[in-house]
Amino acid sequence: METQPLLQTQGKPRSRRETWRLLSLISPSLFWLVVFFLIPLLLVFAISYGQRGTYGGVKWNLTLENYGRFFDPLYLRIFGRTVIIALVTTVLCLLIGYPLAYFIATRPSRWRNVLLLLLMVPFWTNFLIRTYAWLLLLRDQGFINLFWTGGLHDFLLWLSAALPLPIWRTLLEATSTPLPLFGTDLAIIVGLVYGWLPDMVLPCYAAIERLDYSLVEAAQDLYANRTRSFLRVVLPLTMSGVVAGSVLVFIPSLGAYVTPDLLGGAKSIMIGNVIYSQFMSARDYPFGSAISFVLMAIMLLGTLIYFRSGAES
Amino acid sequence: MPGYAVELKKVSKHFGAVVAVDDISLSINDGEFFSLLGPSGCGKTTTLRLIAGFELPTAGEIYIGEAVQGDTPPYRRPVNTVFQNYALFPHMTIFQNVAFGLEMRKVSKEEIRQRVAEALEMVQLPGMENRKPEQLSGGQQQRVALARALVNRPKLLLLDEPLGALDLKLRKAMQLELKALQHRVGITFVYVTHDQEEALTMSDRIAVMNEGHVLQVGGPEGIYEQPANRFVADFIGETNFLEGRTEGRRADEIVVTIDDVLPIHTSLEKGVGMGEKITVAIRPEKISVHAEPPTPQAVPGVVEEVIYTGTDTRYLVRLTERSIVTVRQQNVGVGAGASFAVGAQVYLHWQPESARLLKA
Amino acid sequence: MKGTGTRKKRASRWGSRLLAAHGVTSYLFLYLPIVILVVFSFNASQYATVWRGFSLKWYGTLLANAALGTALKNTLIVAGASTIISTIFGTMVALAMERYNFWGKLAFDSLLYLPIIIPDISMAVMLLLFFVLTKIQLGLLTIIISHVAFNISFVAVVVRARLAYFDISLEEAAQDLYANEWQTFRRVTLPLIMPGILGGALLAFTLSIDDFVITFFTAGPGSTTLPLRIYSMVKLGVTPEINALSSLMLVVSMGLVLLSLLLQRGGGGGIEIM
Repeated sequence: METQPLLQTQGKPRSRRETWRLLSLISPSLFWLVVFFLIPLLLVFAISYGQRGTYGGVKWNLTLENYGRFFDPLYLRIFGRTVIIALVTTVLCLLIGYPLAYFIATRPSRWRNVLLLLLMVPFWTNFLIRTYAWLLLLRDQGFINLFWTGGLHDFLLWLSAALPLPIWRTLLEATSTPLPLFGTDLAIIVGLVYGWLPDMVLPCYAAIERLDYSLVEAAQDLYANRTRSFLRVVLPLTMSGVVAGSVLVFIPSLGAYVTPDLLGGAKSIMIGNVIYSQFMSARDYPFGSAISFVLMAIMLLGTLIYFRSGAES
Repeated sequence: MPGYAVELKKVSKHFGAVVAVDDISLSINDGEFFSLLGPSGCGKTTTLRLIAGFELPTAGEIYIGEAVQGDTPPYRRPVNTVFQNYALFPHMTIFQNVAFGLEMRKVSKEEIRQRVAEALEMVQLPGMENRKPEQLSGGQQQRVALARALVNRPKLLLLDEPLGALDLKLRKAMQLELKALQHRVGITFVYVTHDQEEALTMSDRIAVMNEGHVLQVGGPEGIYEQPANRFVADFIGETNFLEGRTEGRRADEIVVTIDDVLPIHTSLEKGVGMGEKITVAIRPEKISVHAEPPTPQAVPGVVEEVIYTGTDTRYLVRLTERSIVTVRQQNVGVGAGASFAVGAQVYLHWQPESARLLKA
Repeated sequence: MKGTGTRKKRASRWGSRLLAAHGVTSYLFLYLPIVILVVFSFNASQYATVWRGFSLKWYGTLLANAALGTALKNTLIVAGASTIISTIFGTMVALAMERYNFWGKLAFDSLLYLPIIIPDISMAVMLLLFFVLTKIQLGLLTIIISHVAFNISFVAVVVRARLAYFDISLEEAAQDLYANEWQTFRRVTLPLIMPGILGGALLAFTLSIDDFVITFFTAGPGSTTLPLRIYSMVKLGVTPEINALSSLMLVVSMGLVLLSLLLQRGGGGGIEIM
């Protein structure tokens, strides 16, 4: 059909008048983004080659020293931990989120939108507050320990006496009360999983929802084994959602700051905290910038993978 | 008024590498119902949009009245458009929709009210002022779109396949209504359609387009009876095409040998030499079929298929190994039944003027 | 899923029961911390985890807290200003991107999406560096500037989604009826995309009042916002007062988000979930 389709993108401006209109529409945003985003970005890049001045200023050099410091075992360890935490978070999100997405996708359609809404509403609220909620749960005087010290531990101990399971018993006796949940890497992981779960569920849901169920049924006929049919048919077909979700969880987890700050202890710092301390306490802007830049580069790489996998955003 | 209502002089429109309209020139008379007819993608809608001002020509000039349009925006051209999807403003009432153009021209409230009522009356939708477009049926929306355009009393009305979304019966009724309306109001209509029957029914003149070119311009009868080339003959109505070579000339006839075996007679036409490869075009209804040859030049054939369509019977008659013609015979008598059965030997006759010669 | 409605799933009973159980548990997991947080804001006891009776006193303390009052005022000022600016700029940009192709459009589009993709801390760091080096004093102004920097993109995404459903022939019809570009925009385009604009504005407002990391880095002394205040309170020690404040903020945020989603939906567009 020759008539204009419902969607636009008309093409280039057709006259001086329209060019003028186009320019005036984009210039405020262009200005803002260039001045307050692009230039700061370039600044970070430029500074990362500099050196810390005597009073915390910046000496403009051209040195790779800051990137070199990255390979200091201290920082490598932190970076390593960060990557591991992010990976574990991603895997957990996958294990929890994929079945959840499957669950939602297999409900009747009026339920689905409600369920998705319920999923997203907390996600759009204050991350700090939601992390705080976990702090309440995890700390030594927190809720989980409330139950643990308040009787769960003793109950399980009694249970293990009633049932002959010696390993269980020694395990329980070895467990200190209260449970040291707070201030550990585990706490950070829980907080991150909690925060980014919706980001895994949505792409998986989108992929599963598009699946033609008759393919699954055909597979079940072929394989007669539900696990097999899942592994061989369903999973590969929804892989784009899995990849997209993984990237969407892994990336922010790498750059986490609030979660390790609130839930982790002094031993459980991540890259985000290092960046913070470089800027706030150590005032070593060049080094902080270098780390920040490496982080951004990894993130951009991840985003490219995300787009390449043909995922929808 | 001297001059034309709309004139296009060597107008082209390129969309990047795509040539939608290729160097066309048209003259549309004042007060006429002019149709742009062609298949999808032929450039008819683009041409309409060029006149309206939604597109600017890559080359050439467009005149409305005597004034060249240049890059005048649509809101300064004395034309109004009826869109294919009606484009009624969903957030306004029918009244506000129809009044929109008048409001923009700062017509007084009193006059607006009067003219809107008039316009709705004219399209037979009185009393609909306070409804919203979504509450109306397709046919009603179409008429509101019409009213919204006509209320402005434009010199020129452009219509882009406005009846496309309507069902057959309604469409046929609207065709006649539009034609009558145009007569009554007396303004120039430029009408875009891909339905050749619709164009033939409504138009004073038709421009047949294909691939960005104008192939023929003329009245319905002229275009139907004397198609200028194969495309027009094929696109308008049904045509039989026979391939052959001109063999001889006699008085007022030319003999063409079809498929190297069958001689047939056609009327004399200028510019046709001897021994030329030629296509003969004959409309099915122009051919009569007989059991015995009515004239010595009658063409023999064998009936291959008989199709009954209620109003007429069609015979598919094989003339040569390669050529079959369709013949249409009106079922005049009641319970006439097919005159000829499959396999019957028949003789076909037509007036030599009915057979058009087209360059191959 | 196609076919699910008409065919009975051949999943084993156990399988589907397990799945449902997982589903329910997951939602509990998502909401339980929030619920506990809210419930214990009504705790009469000072110790946040021991229940001593229902009380509204912590909400009372909140109201009396002067420092919170300033923080609230600051939060609203920042959110208000950044919302207005980013909504206007974001809508303009959305209109341009959905209407025209131009040289450098792809590059600009990427630039427009970057603030959404980039992690909070990187953006915070970038902006801090910028302000420090250009010697702009940190304060409410810098927070507003930073918020606008990311909100433009969010508003643009929401409005663009809405524009995708907009029928351009309506604009052509308006122009055909003697309305120039501005009149067309004001009488036809704007009313029809208004739900999208409002949805975007609400989203921007919510993101602004909830923002922590970027605000943290770009705030000056004396320009505390509510999230910053919560943070410092948490660092000092857990009290039910924090619970009360958090609960209030959660309720407000959730309400705003729901409103934003409903607005986007009303009028026929799809929901912008992300």
